Amino acid sequence: MTQTSDGSSPSSDLHNDTDAASGGLGRRKFLGYVMAGSTLVVAADITAGRPARAAVPSDPQIPEAYDLEDLQTDSALPTSQLITVTITKEGRAKFALPRTEVGQGIITSTAMILAEELDLPFDKVDVTLAPARPELLLNQLTGGSNTTFSTYTPIRVAAAIARGRLIEAAAILFGTTADRLTTTGGVVSDALGNQATYGQLASAAASQVVEAVEVVLRPKEDFKVIGRPRNRTDARAAVTGQKDFTTDLQVPGAKPTMVCRAPEHGGTPKRLNNRAKILRMPGVTHVAQVPTGIAVRANTFGQCIDAIREMDVTWNNGPVHGWSDATVLNKLRKGELPLVVPDVPVLAQTINTNFAFAFRSSAALETYSAIADVRPDKATIWAGLKVPILAQQRVAEAIGMSQDKVKVNVITGGGSFGHKLFGDHAIEAARISKAMKVPVKLMWHRADEPRQGRLHPMATSRIRATVLNGQVLSFEQRHTSVTTDFSHGLGEMITSQADELDPLGIGGFGFAETIFTLTQELPYNFGLVTQLLNEPLEFEDKFSTGSMRNIYSPDTCVAAELTIDQIANKLGKDPVAFRLSMLKNERVKAALRKVAEEGSWGRKMTPGTAQGVAIHKEYKGCTAVLVEIDTRPQTVNRDLGKETVTGPRVTKVVIAVDAGLVINPRGLEAQMQGGAMDGIALTLTSSCHLKDGRFLEASWDNYFYTRQWNVPPKVEIHIVKSDSDTPGGAGEAAVGSTAAAVACAYARATKRLPTFFPINHGEISFKPKSFVPPVPQSPTNGLKLAR
Amino acid sequence: MPKQTFILNGKPVTVSVNDDVRLLWVLRDLLGVTGPKYGCGINVCKACTSHINGKAFNPCATRVGDLKPKDRVTTIEGLAKTTPGDLHPMQQAWIDRDVVQCGYCQPGQIMQAVALVKRVRREGRDIRDSDLDSIRNICRCGTYVRIREAIEQGARKMR
Repeated sequence: MTQTSDGSSPSSDLHNDTDAASGGLGRRKFLGYVMAGSTLVVAADITAGRPARAAVPSDPQIPEAYDLEDLQTDSALPTSQLITVTITKEGRAKFALPRTEVGQGIITSTAMILAEELDLPFDKVDVTLAPARPELLLNQLTGGSNTTFSTYTPIRVAAAIARGRLIEAAAILFGTTADRLTTTGGVVSDALGNQATYGQLASAAASQVVEAVEVVLRPKEDFKVIGRPRNRTDARAAVTGQKDFTTDLQVPGAKPTMVCRAPEHGGTPKRLNNRAKILRMPGVTHVAQVPTGIAVRANTFGQCIDAIREMDVTWNNGPVHGWSDATVLNKLRKGELPLVVPDVPVLAQTINTNFAFAFRSSAALETYSAIADVRPDKATIWAGLKVPILAQQRVAEAIGMSQDKVKVNVITGGGSFGHKLFGDHAIEAARISKAMKVPVKLMWHRADEPRQGRLHPMATSRIRATVLNGQVLSFEQRHTSVTTDFSHGLGEMITSQADELDPLGIGGFGFAETIFTLTQELPYNFGLVTQLLNEPLEFEDKFSTGSMRNIYSPDTCVAAELTIDQIANKLGKDPVAFRLSMLKNERVKAALRKVAEEGSWGRKMTPGTAQGVAIHKEYKGCTAVLVEIDTRPQTVNRDLGKETVTGPRVTKVVIAVDAGLVINPRGLEAQMQGGAMDGIALTLTSSCHLKDGRFLEASWDNYFYTRQWNVPPKVEIHIVKSDSDTPGGAGEAAVGSTAAAVACAYARATKRLPTFFPINHGEISFKPKSFVPPVPQSPTNGLKLAR
Repeated sequence: MPKQTFILNGKPVTVSVNDDVRLLWVLRDLLGVTGPKYGCGINVCKACTSHINGKAFNPCATRVGDLKPKDRVTTIEGLAKTTPGDLHPMQQAWIDRDVVQCGYCQPGQIMQAVALVKRVRREGRDIRDSDLDSIRNICRCGTYVRIREAIEQGARKMR
C-alpha cells in the first residue's frame, strides 16, 4: 500500500485492499487440498486469498474502500467451495473455469495463470467452462469485470500445490529431497541429470485420501508467463470456422426454432388463429404457444421465418402500451431527487447541467440462442450463460422440474455485454421443448433483440456544482433511471452481504441504489460530493432491462466529465490542468498525464475539430482517455450509401489504463480497444426509440453500433505500470471514459453542450421495419451484390 | 422436392430442398457447415459472408435455387484450401494480430477481407483507408482496429 503524495489517506489508493496474495512470504502462504484419485487432483477454495475486512473506511465515498469487485468476491466467502486442477498421465493440466467466456479472453488469461504457477508450457494447459455447479452459489457469475480479480489466487493455490506434489513424487523417485529439485516446462529435474515429466509423476503424486496442504505462492518477481503478451487460445478455431457457438452444435433432434413475438415491447400472445395453415407450411414440424409468443420448429431457420410471417396472432398489449420516449423522459424528470445545496450560496457561482440518455440494446452479434431437450424426467440445456446456476433454477421452475434434474451446459458466447447475464433464452427454449415434446434449437431473430430483448435503461443525470475562489465547494449528481433488472444474481449477492455492508452505511438502500453506491466514485477534491440514484417505482416490470458493458457508469461518467469541463471553463482553466489540480488519486493523475503527453494535449486544432479528455475510476483500476473529433460538415455528411450513419468522426483515441496486475497485456489492449468502440457508439450513434409502446429498431441498419466508417484511424493504448499485486477489471473500464471524452470533444468542437445521448437520437434516419409480421423476409439479391 | 447442386469448398454437393430457401440455412441447418454465422438475415451485418466464384456474397440473401451446378461456393471452412499452406495468409494475419475476441463475426470478416484485397488488385491498386472504411461487417466486440491491421498484413502476404 502506498501513501499518496497529496496527503490523502492510504485507503484512497487504487488497490487499497490488503490482499493476502501480495507482499511478503506470510501473505503468499495458503491452504489447499490434494484430492483422492488415481492421478494428481488438487483443489483450492475459490474464496482463497480474500482478506478479512474490519476497518470502516474513513473516506466519504464508499468505492474507494469497498467496491463492486469486493462485494462480488466477498459474497463468495461463506460458500467455501472448491475448484480443482487435474494433472493427467499425459502431463496436461485440466481446469474447468466456473465462469463464461464471451470474448473477453478469460480462458487465455486463466491458462496463463496456471502455466505460471505450475511451470508447465502454456499449450499443455486445458481450460474449459464448467457446467452449472449449484454448490458454487454466487461463485459462478461472470460479470462486473470480476473474473480475474476473484479467481486469480485460488487458481494459483491449486497450481502451486500440484507443482509441490509433483516435486515430492520426483524426490522419492530420484532418492533425493524436494529442495534439490527444480521444475521447468513440465519436467522435474535434479542436478545429477535425473528427469521426470509431470505426466510420468501424475500417478505417483496422487493421493488415496484428501489431504490439506499449505503452500507458498511464487513471488511476482519470478513471473515468466503472467504479464507477457499472449495470443488467444481459441484464435485458430475461430479463424477457421471451427469454433462452435450454441447454434453450431449438432444435438440430435434439436431442429431450428424461432418465436413470433408481439409488436409491443413485452406484449404477449392471446392466440394463434391459423395454426393448421402454419403446420402445413414447408419444413414446419411443430407450433406451440409460450408466454413470450408463438414458437415454430422447422427443418431450417428460413422456414421458421416464413412461418412467422404467415402467422395470424391476436396479441395482448405490452406493459408500456401508448408510451413513447417523451413519456418515459417526463416520468424520469418527475422522479429526480432534489439537490440539497442551495442554488446560490453567498458569493459562490453555480453550474447546473442536466443530461438524458436514450434506451440502448445490449444485444450481441450472436442473438439469444439456446438448445433445450426437455424429457418427462430430465432436461438438458446448452447456452451461453453468465449465471448458469440461476438459469438452471429458473429453467427448473419454468418447466416444473426439480433443479437437480436440469443439466445446464455453458457454451462460449458470441459476445455478451451484459445480455447473457440473464437466462431468458434458456428458459424460453425449455418451455418450448416441453410444450412441443421434442428437442429444440432456439434462435432469436435479429429483429427480436432491440424490440423484445434486454435494454440499457433510459436515464437522466442532473448535476449541480458550486465554485468559489477557484475551488469546487460541492458537486451533487442525481441519476434517475428506468428500473435496472438485477435479477441475474447481483441482487442476491447484495442481500447476502447486507450485514457486512451496514458499517458502511448503505445497508438501508435498495438493490439498485446499493450497486450504484458501490460503483460510483468521483475521485476529485470537490468538497461535498453526493451521487445518488433513483429508480422510480412506476417503472417496475415495465421494460426488459439490464446492464450493458457496465451498469450506470458510462452515463454518470459522461454527465460528470462534461460538467467538469463546464466548471473548468467557468474558472478559466484548461480541462487537463484543472483535472490534475483536483484529482485525489496519484494513479488517475498518472494516467491523465500519460494521455495528455502521448495525445499532444493542447495542440492547435482546426475549427470544427477538437480534443476532449476524461477519466474514469472503477473496478480497482482507472483509465484516462484523450480523443480528437471532427465535426466539420464534410465529415459529418459523408455519404457511404443507405443504412449508413456517418456523423462526427472520432479521429484519434489515446487511452492510458491502470488495471492493476496485468495477466495478459495483449488481451487488456483488446478490451480497451473494444471498450472505446462502445463508448463512441454510446455518445454518437446507438440508441433505441420507443414510440407507442414499440421499439422502432429491428436490426443493425437501424441500431447504429460503431462501424468501420466510424472507427478512429488512430487508436493507441498505453498500459500504465502498476505496483499492484492483484488484477483489476478490464472489460468495462474504457467504455465510460471514452464515451465521456468523445462527449467533451464534441462539446468543444461544436461549442454547444449536448444534453441528450446519443447526439443523433433526435433524428430517426431509417424507415422502421414492419411490426406485423415481426420479422423481415430475407432478401434474394445476394448474387447480384457479389463483389 | 427439387435437387440443388453446387460446388461447396471444392466438392460438388446435392441437397433436396425448395428453391426459395436461403443458402445460409442450407449450409448451416442441412449441410452442417456452420462457419458462416447468422447475425441479421437481411444482408446487413455480413456475418455470413462467403465467396461465390471468388467474390464476396451473403448466403442469407441468396436463394439456393439461384445457384448453378458449376457455381463455386467457398465458406471459411474452405478458405485455407484456396492457397498453399494450412492457413490462408489472411487467417494467419488474424492470428498474428490476435484479432479475435468472441469470434462470432470473424469468419465473415476474413472472407470479406480476402475478397476486398482481390477486388482492389483487379482494379490494379492497393488497399486504401477508404476501402477499410467501406467494410460493412459488424463486430460488436469492437475489434475493428485489429481487423484493419490484419487486413493490411494479410494483403501484403497475398501475392
